[in-house]
Amino acid sequence: MTATTSEPLLALHGVSKRFGAVQALDGVDFDVRAGEVVGLVGDNGAGKSTLVKVMSGIYLADEGEYRWEGAARRMTGPSDATELGVATVYQDLALCDNLDVVANLFVGREERSGGPARLLRSLDEASMEKQAAELLKTLTVKLPSVRQEVGTLSGGQRQSVAIARSLIGEAKVVLLDEPTAALGVAQTEQVLALIRRLREHGLGVVVISHNLANVFDVVDRILVLRLGRKAGTYAVGDTSQEEIVAAITGAEFGVGGNGSGSGGAAPAETAR
Amino acid sequence: MSTATATPSEPTPPARAAAAPGPEEGGRFAVLSRVAQGELGSLRVLLGLVVIWTIFTLANDRFLTATNLVNLSLQIAATGMISIGVVLVLLLGEIDLSVAIVSGLCAAIMAVLVEQHGWAAAPGIAAAVAAGAAIGLFQGSVVTRFGIPSFVVTLAGLIGWQGVLLWVLGSTGTVNITNPAIVDLAGKFFTGATAWIIAAAVVALFALASLDARRRRLAAGLVAATPFVVAARIAAVALVSFGVVAVLDQDRGLPVALVILIAFVVVFDYIVRRTRFGRHVLAVGGNAEAARRAGIHVDRVRIMVFVLCSALAACGGILFASRLLAVNQSSGGSDLLLLAIAGPVIAGTSLFGGRGTVWSALLGGLVIGSISNGMDLLALPSSTKYMVTGGVLLAAVVVDAAARQRRLRSGRV
Repeated sequence: MTATTSEPLLALHGVSKRFGAVQALDGVDFDVRAGEVVGLVGDNGAGKSTLVKVMSGIYLADEGEYRWEGAARRMTGPSDATELGVATVYQDLALCDNLDVVANLFVGREERSGGPARLLRSLDEASMEKQAAELLKTLTVKLPSVRQEVGTLSGGQRQSVAIARSLIGEAKVVLLDEPTAALGVAQTEQVLALIRRLREHGLGVVVISHNLANVFDVVDRILVLRLGRKAGTYAVGDTSQEEIVAAITGAEFGVGGNGSGSGGAAPAETAR
Repeated sequence: MSTATATPSEPTPPARAAAAPGPEEGGRFAVLSRVAQGELGSLRVLLGLVVIWTIFTLANDRFLTATNLVNLSLQIAATGMISIGVVLVLLLGEIDLSVAIVSGLCAAIMAVLVEQHGWAAAPGIAAAVAAGAAIGLFQGSVVTRFGIPSFVVTLAGLIGWQGVLLWVLGSTGTVNITNPAIVDLAGKFFTGATAWIIAAAVVALFALASLDARRRRLAAGLVAATPFVVAARIAAVALVSFGVVAVLDQDRGLPVALVILIAFVVVFDYIVRRTRFGRHVLAVGGNAEAARRAGIHVDRVRIMVFVLCSALAACGGILFASRLLAVNQSSGGSDLLLLAIAGPVIAGTSLFGGRGTVWSALLGGLVIGSISNGMDLLALPSSTKYMVTGGVLLAAVVVDAAARQRRLRSGRV
């Protein structure tokens, strides 16, 4: 499960972000390649969310470089990231429960059929429904109907719709914030399978998760953040969960952890 | 668990396996779920209407006569028009308490311009609608710019525009409408061949639209309604259209005001369900934050809806003025606000935003109008009328809230 060794799609170099007295990120390097799933783990307040928000353009880094396909970019906001091809699936999913699956997949970028009066041009429902059905089929997302209201779907199905939506545009990198947080066992498996399929389709995927078991299940590489700094990157193949936990908590025997924190006594269950 | 990935995406496997969302599945389930969620709502209202009509027919055999049905359609035309705007605002999850008084104010502006300043009818009407749009632009801007609940902003409007209405009407306090074009809006009827041609045009338009939609779905390789279902729908529309004309033509004919109302309902129903703007209104009403993240200009959509709502209120006010042949200090007052908002809510448009149809303006208006009309025929006092209408509204809101709770229990909002 090694990633293609090409130029990273998205790379951050020496990124720092400060909120008042809090140094949320301190010189963090990060990269994700096409066809690679990178896990982003760390304790609460380690800077995971801040890092993802820098990637999605919501936060602008105080220092550091944002590189896209090898070229340095100046970010000014979320729309820049969207234009590059970075799609973010937030933890709260941001779905419209009153609309059906097709409408949700295309919300904000609805297709219209031709016609003279621009404002009165009708939506091309047939085309959108066809694309939606095809997309969900390639991702093997199981839904009762693409015309079902999203509010009536299960948690896993909703998560799948939210992830699928990020692929309607020309996304190359998908950022997933706690994609399995509120899901049961079967639904979690469904979402993990979907993440694997994103990788097969050559996308770069970044997964933030508290659940190390899930992370180990699906990612190729793990980046551990601790107190705003990079505590290490680990290839999943040659790392144990204990090592990751140690890196997260800063315990003495961790490979990447240099023990700068005082987390040595932290219970191994912190990662939950 | 990567067995699923082993299934390559080959073009339409013949098996009707419950796996991927095959279009076949889509079609069938969609119909079921629509009946369960959306159209059942309309069906409920139609059933309610049948019950109400039966009761009043039993109580007074004049209720279901052509004369009374013409009266009824004239009574609901203006309120229904205002209700269309209310539906739009409700779909956003907002409210506009100023619609009734704005309808009165805009009618007064038209009346003063036409009757006192010698304007022709068309520019007078245009000025009134423009004034309504300007009021909506103002109120919508205040709501979005300062983040004040629309309830409060339009409550201020309700009081403030009342003052402007009194000022516009001046010392006499009433302006009579004599301009023939304006009088004709509610005073003229399509009879005989004209009425039948209008009904035939409605049926033809509906048939063309359904066939075109079906053709597009088939062209895209999706499952479309069977020819039988399409034919049945067209037949139903034909039955209603020709039925209405047949009945109303026994009396004065098809009221122009009713035709105007239905035309507006059809146009705004199209806008809500079939255009990008309408989809954005529904998205904002369903989850404003999600809409914002999807790149929709949420504030622009909100302001536009308030503009449309007030402009439609102006149209309703003009129909009212035409029917009463005057605009006076009580125009837009009394229970008009209650009825204009109660109508769509009774017919299933949610107060919580995102759910409802423009047709609920017409259907709800018909329900409330029928109750009011029937009780008038029975010569019941105003006290009873208010109590019954209030009870029906309460029942409708309870049904809406109960449906919402069911949704909350079964999933999320």
